[in-house]
Amino acid sequence: MSASSVLYDAPGPKARRLSRIASTVILVGLVGLVVWFVWRVGQPRTTVNGAVLSGVWDPSRWDIFQDKTVWEDLLWRGLVMGTLRAAGLAAVLALIVGVLLCFARSARSALIRVPTTIVLEFFRGLPVLLMMLFIMLAVGTNGYWAVVVALTIYNGAIIGEALRAGIAALPKGQREAGLSLGLTGTATKLLIEFPQAFRQMLPIIVAQLVVLLKDTSLAYVVAYPEILRKADSLKQFYGNRYAFSLFFVVLAVYLIVNFALSALARWLSKRTGPKSEAALITQNTRTMGQADD
Amino acid sequence: MEAVFANLDQYWAGFRVTLELLLVGGLGALLLGGFVALLRISPLASLRGVATGYTELLRNTPLTLVFFFIIIVLPTLDVRFDAKVGAFLALALYTSAFIAEAIRSGINGVPIGQAEAARSVGLTFGQTVGLVILPQAIRMVIPPLINVLIALTKNTSVAAGFYIVELIAISKQLANANGNAVIPILIGVAVCYLIITVPLGQIAGLIERKAAVQR
Repeated sequence: MSASSVLYDAPGPKARRLSRIASTVILVGLVGLVVWFVWRVGQPRTTVNGAVLSGVWDPSRWDIFQDKTVWEDLLWRGLVMGTLRAAGLAAVLALIVGVLLCFARSARSALIRVPTTIVLEFFRGLPVLLMMLFIMLAVGTNGYWAVVVALTIYNGAIIGEALRAGIAALPKGQREAGLSLGLTGTATKLLIEFPQAFRQMLPIIVAQLVVLLKDTSLAYVVAYPEILRKADSLKQFYGNRYAFSLFFVVLAVYLIVNFALSALARWLSKRTGPKSEAALITQNTRTMGQADD
Repeated sequence: MEAVFANLDQYWAGFRVTLELLLVGGLGALLLGGFVALLRISPLASLRGVATGYTELLRNTPLTLVFFFIIIVLPTLDVRFDAKVGAFLALALYTSAFIAEAIRSGINGVPIGQAEAARSVGLTFGQTVGLVILPQAIRMVIPPLINVLIALTKNTSVAAGFYIVELIAISKQLANANGNAVIPILIGVAVCYLIITVPLGQIAGLIERKAAVQR
């Protein structure tokens, strides 16, 4: 059961040959498709009003990237000062809000628990974009704070839910052991339950932070100058023929940053390892669907 | 509050567009995502690779960028859609990656003994998946799937930035027209979203509790 799946037999020589042939056909087909697309968009074409445009791989469509100020605009002012600055602050605040909400949600007093539950449900059901608009229009902040506060509230609510679920999934003995040692309820929660839940939920929390990073692109809609908005204004400045190359670069930047964060999440989940029985079970069953995981 | 009630017809128009985006986008995503999830457990390594690449690529791309590609970049390459068709496509493509992940994790959640038992009584791959694994996986997968649909409901708001006049776009128009009643107008929009998302969340919770009892 180690590497292969139980869903089908280990392939014999015939099946292996068949599989190899199919793999080759699919691979050739995919490469062909990509090559065709690359070639197709690289062809010069004539627009409706008769002007001839060069293909997208033509150097004249990429020459703006020789200019250092374009990179500075995209990477420094767009990515670092726009996207990452908003995402970084929102991530830290969301973590804090999430921890607070998790405690409030599992409080013993119904006076705290019930309102928090309602507020949480409320915020989890609303689009981030609506919150950004609300903060910008109703409170009258600038784009940056609208983005940061909206992302904080939304992701804080989700992280809080994840942490609460993590505490609820702990074996009951953990809490009982803490109480029987003479710790107070609060001390048990803080010293025994919360650290374990946080460790368990760390991969989910990091995954949520990837979502947060991706959601900063919503700031494009409320005109906060993050990387996509920067790319759009660069397109307007240099002309439409750079639309594809700018898109290509922004997509690459997003993928690199997000894959790095996802890899961190995977590394964390491996490093923290399965601690509870539930985690062990899911670890063991993981191989069923996928042999290449 | 009058600003809300005076513009109920506008709200309704926006709400209908949001619902339309949710239904068409969700249906497309379910079909596409189910297909990709099947590819991910197929015996052919190359099909698995294609499906993995597809989900990873789309899951790490912001939805805004998917919209940007379909609505703004593709037209410069002479591929044009109606703005609404483009929005359906963007939402379905983006959501399908999450649906595929949810279904795959549901399949992984079925105890391995089930598959072993099915194989050992001589069922083929298709029978094992179709008769034993999927029926159990579906039940576990419904709550996460509903969560993905809730996320989709919220994601339809991104279309506002790309020429679709749905709830958010309406709320911007109304807020501009009634500068003195911005807060009631935005709260009205929030209620419209909650009308969709809260019942969906309740259903997910209900199914989750029921499924938990049975296992």
